[in-house]
Amino acid sequence: MEVLQLLVSGLANGCVYGLIALGFVLIYKATEAVNFAQGDFMMLGAFVTLGLTNAEYMHLPFWLAAPLAIIIMAALGYLLDFFVLRHLFGQSQTAVVILTIALGFVIRFVAGVVWGHEPQTLESPLSIGDINIGGVVLGMADVAVIVVTVLLTLFLYQFFQRTKLGLAMQAASQNQMAAYYMGIPVKRVQGLIWGLSGATAAVAGILFASKGAIDPNVGLLGIKAFAAAVIGGFGSLPGALAGGLIIGVIEPFASRYFPAGYSQIAPYALLLFVLVVRPHGLFSQVRIKKV
Amino acid sequence: MRTLFKISYDDDIRLFPDRWSMLVYAALLALAFVLPMLLGEFYLGEVTNVLIWAIAGLGLMLLTGQTGQVSLGHAAFLAIGCYTNTILIELGLPFIIAFPLAGVITGLVGAIIAVPALRLHGIYLAIATIALSVLADDIIVLLDPWTGGVSGKFPEAITIFGLEIERWTMPTRFYYLVLVVTIICTLFYRNLLRSPLGRAFAAVRDSEVSATAMGVHISRTKGTAFGLSCMITGWAGALMGYYAGAFNNETFSLVISITLLMMIVIGGLGSIHGAFFGAVVVAFLPQALSILKGAVIGGGVAIPGLETGVFGLILILFILFEPMGLYGRWLKIRTWFELFPFARKDMFRRQKSYLKTERLR
Repeated sequence: MEVLQLLVSGLANGCVYGLIALGFVLIYKATEAVNFAQGDFMMLGAFVTLGLTNAEYMHLPFWLAAPLAIIIMAALGYLLDFFVLRHLFGQSQTAVVILTIALGFVIRFVAGVVWGHEPQTLESPLSIGDINIGGVVLGMADVAVIVVTVLLTLFLYQFFQRTKLGLAMQAASQNQMAAYYMGIPVKRVQGLIWGLSGATAAVAGILFASKGAIDPNVGLLGIKAFAAAVIGGFGSLPGALAGGLIIGVIEPFASRYFPAGYSQIAPYALLLFVLVVRPHGLFSQVRIKKV
Repeated sequence: MRTLFKISYDDDIRLFPDRWSMLVYAALLALAFVLPMLLGEFYLGEVTNVLIWAIAGLGLMLLTGQTGQVSLGHAAFLAIGCYTNTILIELGLPFIIAFPLAGVITGLVGAIIAVPALRLHGIYLAIATIALSVLADDIIVLLDPWTGGVSGKFPEAITIFGLEIERWTMPTRFYYLVLVVTIICTLFYRNLLRSPLGRAFAAVRDSEVSATAMGVHISRTKGTAFGLSCMITGWAGALMGYYAGAFNNETFSLVISITLLMMIVIGGLGSIHGAFFGAVVVAFLPQALSILKGAVIGGGVAIPGLETGVFGLILILFILFEPMGLYGRWLKIRTWFELFPFARKDMFRRQKSYLKTERLR
C-alpha cells in the first residue's frame, strides 16, 4: 500500500514536470530552439492566476480567472516572439538558449517585484479535500493535474498529427527555407507556437499552484522538466509526458529508499545516464547526418 | 588611416599584426604592472577580481566562443580547481606545484566527462552540463571528508619560494600573482589559436560537416577543447578560492555557471578581448547598480534579484542589437576611425541564414 501511495503522489508531481516539458517540446518541435525560461513562464502563469483570483488582489471567480490567465499568457508568448525572438530568426540555437536564460532572470525579477518573495497560496477550488480510494489518499488537485495533463497531451498530439497548422509547424522547424517555398508563413507560425506554449505554461502554473504554495523561485523546477524532456526525446509530446512521469515517480521512491544526500541526485543522475546511453531520448527522432 | 599590407602567409598568424598593435599591448602591460602604485587597496582588489573572472572567461571562451560548444556547467570545474588546489596544498605540496597541478587535474576530469558529452551537441550538451552543475553541489556535500562539506574550507596563505602571499593583508602581491597567471593564460590561448588545433576548433564551430570533410577528427577535437577549457577554468577556480577566502558547496552554484556564459556573450563571443570586457561588466555591475539604487531610491532598500534581473535585461539587449558583444562594438568604432572616411554602414552586416534541422520527422 505504501508503494502504491508513493507511486500515485509521484504521478501527480510527474504530470507537472510533464506539462512544463510539453512547453519545451512544443517550441522545439516548431522552432528547433529550447525555451530555457519555460519554468519561469509556468511561475508567471501561476502568479497571474493568483493575482486575478486571490482576495487581496483582483478577487475574480476562479473559473473566470483561469481562462483569462491562459489567454494573457498566450498573448504574452506571442508578443515575446514578435518583439524579441523574431529578431533572432535563423540564428543558431545557442543564441536562443542564452536569450531565454536571460529572459528567465528578468521574469523572476519582475514577478518578485510585483508579487513579493513570500510564498503565497492560490485560492483554488481544486485544492479542497482528499479522496480515499481503497486506502490510497489522493488530493483533488492531484486528480485534476493528472486528468488535465493527459487530456492536454492527447489534444496537442492530435494537433501536430492531424491539423494543417500542426504540420506546417513541423515543416517550419525542419527547414525554414523550404517551408517558405511551400507557402508557409514561417514567422507567424513561430509566433503562434510561442503563444501555445505560453498557454500550456499557464495551465501548468494553475495546476501547480493548486497543489501548494508558490514563490518566484519555483520556476527553477524547469531544470527537472529538462530531465523529463530529455528522457522523452526533445521532439516527442507523449515522450515528454512519459519522461515527466518517470522523473516524478523516481523522486518519492528515491527519498524513501535511498540514504539522505543521495536522493536528490537521482533525477539528474538519471538524466546524465540517459544522455550517455541514448543521447536523443527514448523516443528518438534524430539520425546522424551523413557527410 | 592605417593600412595593413599582407606580404606573406606568416602575416595571418603573427602574434601581433603590426608594430603599432605591439606597442599598444606593451603599453597595456606596463600599465598593468604599475597599477598598484596608482590605485588604492580596495580598487586593486576589484581589478584582481576582474582578472580572475577574465581567466574563467578565457576558459569558457575556448569552449563556447572557439569550439562552439555551450557549457552551463563551468562552475563545477571552478569548484574542482578550487578544491583540488586547496587539498593538494593541505597534503603538503608547495603552491608552485599544487597550483598548476590543480588545473591539469581539472582538465583531465573535464576531458573524461567530455567523452560521453561529445556524443551530444547543441542544447543536449547545455542540458547535460546544467545537470553537472547541479550535481556538483550535492557531490561536494557527499565528499565531506575531503571537501569539508557544508562548513566549507579556508585556503591557507600562499608561499612561493619563501615569499608569502595573502589576499587581505597583501593585496598587491596577490594582484601580481593573478596578473602573471592571466598573462600566461592569455598567451597560451592566443598561441593555441595560431596552431592547427586552434584552427580545428574554429572549423568544428563553424560547421561540423565541413570540418569532417576537411579531415578534422570531430570528437577528439571537442574533447581536447573541453579539457583545455576546464584546465584554464580550474586555475581561475583556485584563484577564486583565494580571493573569496572561504568557500563551501554553495560558492560555485549554477548561477555562477550562467553568469560566466552571459559574461562572455556580453563581452563578445570568440575573442580574447571579449573575456576581459565581459569580466569588467560582471565585476563592476553590482557596484554600479548599488550606487545607482542609492541615488534613485536611497540606500538600505534591498531589492532581491535586482542584479540578475538587470544583467538579464542587458544581455537580451546585447543579443538583439549587438550580437558580437562589446568587442564587436569596439571593432566597429575602431574600423570607422581606421578607415576614415571610407567606412560603410553595411560592412558588418551579417549574411541572412536559415535554420535546418537534423531531425527526420
